[in-house]
Amino acid sequence: MTITLTVDGKKVTVEDGATILDAAKKAGVYIPTLCADEDLLPFGACRLCLVEVQGDRRPMLPACTTPATDGMVVRTSSPIIDKTRRNVVELLLSDHPEDCLTCPQNNRCELQRVAAYVGVRTNRFRGEKHAYPIDDSNPFYRRDLDRCVLCGKCVRTCDEVQQLGAINFAYRGFRTKIATVLDRPVATSTCESCGQCVDKCPVGALYPEAWLRYGLPTRETKTICSYCGVGCGLILQTRGNTVVGVRGDPDNPVNRGRTCVKGRFGYEFINHPDRLKKPLIKRDGAFVEATWDEALDLVAQRLAAVVRESGPDAVALLTSARCTSEENYLLQKFARGVLGTHNVDHCARL
Amino acid sequence: MTNSIEDMKEAKAFLVIGSNTTEQHPIIGLNIRKAVREGAKLIVADPRCIDLAARADIYMSIKPGTNIALLNGLAHIILKEGLEDKEFIAARTEGFDEWRAVVEQYTPERVSEITGVPVDRLYEAARLYASTKPATLVYAMGITQHTSGHQGVQACANLQLLTGNMGIRGGGLNPLRGQNNVQGACDMGCLPDFFPGYQRVTDEKAREKFAQAWGARFGDKPGLTIVEMLNAAEQGRLKALYVTGENPVMSDPDSRHAIHCLESLDFLVVQDIFLSETARLADVVLPAASFAEKAGTFTNTERRVQLIRPAIDPPGEARPDWEIVADLARRTLKALGQTPEGPYAGWDYASPAQIMDEVAALTPIYGGIRHSRLENGGIQWPCPSPDHLGTPILHVGKFSRGLGKFNPVEYIPSAETPNEAYPLILTTGRRLEHYHTGTMTRRVDGLNKLAPEERVEINTDDAARLGIADGDWVIVESRRGRVKVRAAVGRRCRPGVVFMTFHFAEALGNVLTHAALDPVSRIPEFKVAAVRVQKA
Repeated sequence: MTITLTVDGKKVTVEDGATILDAAKKAGVYIPTLCADEDLLPFGACRLCLVEVQGDRRPMLPACTTPATDGMVVRTSSPIIDKTRRNVVELLLSDHPEDCLTCPQNNRCELQRVAAYVGVRTNRFRGEKHAYPIDDSNPFYRRDLDRCVLCGKCVRTCDEVQQLGAINFAYRGFRTKIATVLDRPVATSTCESCGQCVDKCPVGALYPEAWLRYGLPTRETKTICSYCGVGCGLILQTRGNTVVGVRGDPDNPVNRGRTCVKGRFGYEFINHPDRLKKPLIKRDGAFVEATWDEALDLVAQRLAAVVRESGPDAVALLTSARCTSEENYLLQKFARGVLGTHNVDHCARL
Repeated sequence: MTNSIEDMKEAKAFLVIGSNTTEQHPIIGLNIRKAVREGAKLIVADPRCIDLAARADIYMSIKPGTNIALLNGLAHIILKEGLEDKEFIAARTEGFDEWRAVVEQYTPERVSEITGVPVDRLYEAARLYASTKPATLVYAMGITQHTSGHQGVQACANLQLLTGNMGIRGGGLNPLRGQNNVQGACDMGCLPDFFPGYQRVTDEKAREKFAQAWGARFGDKPGLTIVEMLNAAEQGRLKALYVTGENPVMSDPDSRHAIHCLESLDFLVVQDIFLSETARLADVVLPAASFAEKAGTFTNTERRVQLIRPAIDPPGEARPDWEIVADLARRTLKALGQTPEGPYAGWDYASPAQIMDEVAALTPIYGGIRHSRLENGGIQWPCPSPDHLGTPILHVGKFSRGLGKFNPVEYIPSAETPNEAYPLILTTGRRLEHYHTGTMTRRVDGLNKLAPEERVEINTDDAARLGIADGDWVIVESRRGRVKVRAAVGRRCRPGVVFMTFHFAEALGNVLTHAALDPVSRIPEFKVAAVRVQKA
């Protein structure tokens, strides 16, 4: 069943069960949010997505948790909506560091975007500010709760996506914070370092440790993870010739954006200084660098000599489950087609 | 996998046996966790109380090496209680009566004695599994890495036939492949007995086809498997070995023996991205590009062929493996004085896409695979033609062999069982934070901080008897070697069992493991070795 409604004068048709926020997205209308996420259940925490629904006795409704109904007429902007949203953002900013330019989330921050959209120009609210120590117990990401807006995305990601619940809301009122069991450093919790909460955090409260070393990536490339056989889609983020980050590919049918610790954070080996950069030939027990011509000619001649002297089956090839299928095809074609042996195997059994 | 990762969401019951899914295949692990939370039933059989065991409706802590007895025992109860899918068995299978005669010998009492699983729990598991449909069976190396590994797989298949869980969404027989492209490497014929697409080298037609395509000549007998290659090297029958992206020094059983064999070779070439433990032994080392630096495809555990794309350039003079092999092949042909003729005899490739076109021409299950078709989410083989959309579920309506065959299989004890001198069973596996021989993950600082060293997991009761406390240095010793390592004492391993990995060269589980092979699959028995543990 479908539902047709009007958002800011635009007619839009959505599936039954869609929220006003879903409908607005489909209609191409921006509604500011901090806590809404397509992968998570509606939560209604940030109160930024308030909209007016014609004929409803309540002055405003949260778009993210209100189901769209047939014939509904929604307004996403009005003097009272704009003023309310501005108040919400000002209240958030009243307990938020004012160091955007040096914040690791700079230019990726949803709070920046929302503040810019509602047009906060002053901050009328002055009061106490949190000063939590940064939790750097996990090597891959930092927790800076001074920047937290309590949207709960991290809590819900850990619960709904990762099925762990390593963190939750703790304490009350102004003291409310996201904490592990007994409010201890996150590395002592059941956290599996999948990084999915980090990637969903709309502000600088959770950010990859790598962001301390690198600014924004300049390029993103879709590819497939090189670890286990699940074959998750990953997006490699690069600057020049360096991989500076990874995120799950939301469009990949296997993982739909989800990641594990190796896929999300285990990319440093790619640019590791130990990488082999030149062919090596062992002379008198030690490796010396060689040109490709020297190395490949030597290999070709030695393999040909063994085939001639001892027969094709005196040679064997171990191909690689880490290499591409095209490469594996060529390797066995080389064994069978050129050397003439079926001695070809790889670590499928190991 | 006969089925897809996606359709596991529709399973109402899971039997996870010999797979630590949440650590080894984390994203599939998430799907199982989620399904269980939403009401699916979970049965886990494993010698260790893994994450999924703690979430299971029924957890069966089994002695390593007793899978077949357990699976036969579950089938026995299902038959005794009449819970089998009679319609499916009649319509879609054969060999039922012969198989039934074997399974009848596996009474719950006998199975309990062999496996260590209480009789009541066997009944609960069998009833729950057979009465919940669709049910999926998920396994990994815990089933296969035994001297009876291939029978273990057959026992799994028998259970899925018995319960009518083949060829349906949410069911199936689902082995989880360990490495990114182990499926693809098998598909491409990187096995001693198969050409690409599982066309047998013993089949004359297949031999003719490839001989003609490549303008080549080769024998009619399968070649050597990895462990057999090493033995042949030791015996002087194998003179030269060309290794690409593998580290047999660490990944093979009985590591000291593997090193000795590699040192016996006249000529060893290793092509890798790092100077691995194996590369150090080589005469020539060729620098290769990593996955981030090249194009091509990986085929995942659900047979999905997916594109990888270059994000950066290879470092220094490193080159993609496909370029290196093609170059080497041209030079080797010249050295051999050969100029083969055939439609696919050439070695001049402009791109991996062109190589895939050649694969498609010679490999029926990849017949419709083209790089240009893989841009959005890939295709699951069999994909016989360019207009075929791929095959998410195998054996729908009909098995590829016609009828599904019940294969009678008997429990066979492991090649090495504990005795007085070596009273504990070592079983090996991997950890979430590391991968295989550690060449990649041990070069990631953060992963090393999360999991800095090897620990031998030992049960609290065994540790107490041996005077070992958590964190103590201990010596783990088998008939093949000894390893000094710190102990992780707890209740994760069942009593009598210890666990190690092969991620850490300095405390390597494979120094201890046993190179005994399954006679058919030639897989080594990594999951069972007899060891003793003492305080260092």
